[in-house]
Amino acid sequence: MNIKGIFKPEFWDADPKSAGPYKQLFDYKRIWQLCIGILVAVSLVPILIMASIDFSVTRGAIISENTLEAERTTSNTRRSVSYFLEERKSALKLLVELHDFRSFGDWEKLSQMLESLKNSFGGFIDLGVIDKNGRQVSYVGPYNLEGREYAGQDWFKQTVEQGIYISEVFLGFRDSPHLVIAVKHMLDEEKNSFKILRATLDTTQFNGILSSLDLSVGEDAFLVNREGVLQTPSKWNGNIFSKVGFELPEKSFRTKVEQISYRKGPPAMVGYAYLKNTPFVLLYVKTEAEYMGGWQSSRDTVTWFTVISIAVVILVMWAVASYLVERIYIADMTRSKALQQMEHHNRMASIGRLAAGVAHEINNPLAIINEKAGLLKDLFTFSKAYDADERVLGLVDSVIGSVERCGRITKRLLGFSRQTDMEFRPVYPRKVIDTVLGFLDKEAEYRSIDVSVDIDDKIYEVVTDRGKLEQVLLNLINNAFQAMKDGGILHVRVQKVESEVLFSVEDNGCGIPESDLKRIFEPFYSTKKQSGGTGLGLSITYGLVQDLGGEMKVRSQLGKGTEFSFKLPVVPDMNGES
Amino acid sequence: MKILLVDDESELVSALAERLSFRGFDADWVCSGAEAINKVKENEYDLAVLDVKMPRMSGLELRSELNKIRSGMKYIFLSGHGSEEDYKAGAAEAECYLVKPAKIEELVDKINLALGPK
Repeated sequence: MNIKGIFKPEFWDADPKSAGPYKQLFDYKRIWQLCIGILVAVSLVPILIMASIDFSVTRGAIISENTLEAERTTSNTRRSVSYFLEERKSALKLLVELHDFRSFGDWEKLSQMLESLKNSFGGFIDLGVIDKNGRQVSYVGPYNLEGREYAGQDWFKQTVEQGIYISEVFLGFRDSPHLVIAVKHMLDEEKNSFKILRATLDTTQFNGILSSLDLSVGEDAFLVNREGVLQTPSKWNGNIFSKVGFELPEKSFRTKVEQISYRKGPPAMVGYAYLKNTPFVLLYVKTEAEYMGGWQSSRDTVTWFTVISIAVVILVMWAVASYLVERIYIADMTRSKALQQMEHHNRMASIGRLAAGVAHEINNPLAIINEKAGLLKDLFTFSKAYDADERVLGLVDSVIGSVERCGRITKRLLGFSRQTDMEFRPVYPRKVIDTVLGFLDKEAEYRSIDVSVDIDDKIYEVVTDRGKLEQVLLNLINNAFQAMKDGGILHVRVQKVESEVLFSVEDNGCGIPESDLKRIFEPFYSTKKQSGGTGLGLSITYGLVQDLGGEMKVRSQLGKGTEFSFKLPVVPDMNGES
Repeated sequence: MKILLVDDESELVSALAERLSFRGFDADWVCSGAEAINKVKENEYDLAVLDVKMPRMSGLELRSELNKIRSGMKYIFLSGHGSEEDYKAGAAEAECYLVKPAKIEELVDKINLALGPK
């Protein structure tokens, strides 16, 4: 079985219909499909289930691990930001509590306080004191803001109400991002007399906390206000004061992690925390590509490996199923041929017995006619009574001649009946061909078929089974007669080719289509089934030639004719003629 | 030359006996094995021409019986039957096996050949 045979085995072209009512048993293509199906299912289903389980378990583990990591990073960053704000808020409260508030009206003292804050904590830009009417009564810093009115502003109202206030990042009068921390100090509870110490912080240090995180390409951390407006720059959401590209998760002062989808961007995991007593929400974003990247890479490798494994398994299953079913097909064909030959042998034996019986029944009356006519002739001849009557003697000779003709026919039948066992003996090809043509000479005469026999002079004898050789030639010549129209031409040739003898039977009949040529020697394959062909004739003939140690071939052109030829080995050192 | 012809077809065997007589043979004929045995007991024949398929006693059995009576007798089988077994058995046990209808010249040749030079 070659490579081509593996991918397109011979049994694919086998026609199960030829097996008649048992066609299901001989539907090799179906058996093959069943084999492939079962083998592939048994071998691939566990692989696919394992791959699927591994896929989901590994993915779940990686998501879980990254969720924890996101939670940890978010939590740590939240603490840093809270600490930053808390630290500065506490410093302001401490200043208020340690100093007499009247000293805050002294510009120099206020400047010293600002310097101390800058040196101790950093990030402070200016410091101002606002009275209960919202007027900035004292100010130290780079801008000229003394005397400014803040009474109508939201932050002032909130500071009055809550006692302490941390603002969002905003541009304000100075047109530069900053945030404000304001602390209310009660001067007289009964008179509701108070002043507010207000400090402005630049966002550089604020941003520094987030930028100091060692984030990879696929990670981002930033602050937004409760409306989702950026308070610090973000990698993918734009600069400060831009709106983030996703809906903010629900409010929670505890660190949480959720899956989000950007409106325009990749899916991601977000860790978040609302910072207590501030307008800020800390967000830590990690894209799916970042946290699933490693897994996706290994998933791709595993997927490729699985696909290649499946392809190899299918290929091997295909080859194994093809090989096994092909062996079954060959075994069935061999057994079928053996059964056909046995059937043919039995049939020939039956025909032989019938022929012998018929010959016997006919031979006895023929013998009586023969002897009576012979006696009549003897009487005429030996008694000299009708010696001169040529007409009477002619009539008797005609009777004897007809009897001899019938006798030849019955002897041929008897000879045919003796061809059952295989017996290799030297035979003359010409005698064999003459015997075979003897059966068909009348048909050839009636149909005006021109039969020519051409035998190589170098051929003396062939050691073979005469009966089988007669059957082969009779089948081939019979087929040729059926293929030809009246007036056809038949050539029977015998040539010597090296150590073999080549017999060929060529007709100028209808020819055989090329599609049929490949299968013409298969059992039950017939192009004449509608006209009563069994599809066994050529198969049996092929088998007989093989039994004789020969090889049979066919060459045909549609509409022009067909040539069947077979070679038999010669064994020239044997004596005797069958 | 004394010859005995045995065949269940009396029409055949009588005509054949007469034809052999024309050719210088002293030919008797009978139609069954039993008659043939009696004839052989009574007469001395050089050769017997036997049919193979006969009722009650076949030609092969008759040959065997006749051989017990006259061991030196020659035999020719003349049969209309041609089964392989008969052919092989007949060819082995007789000088010659002829298939009906046989030419008289062929039968005479075989008789002469079986009996040999006088």
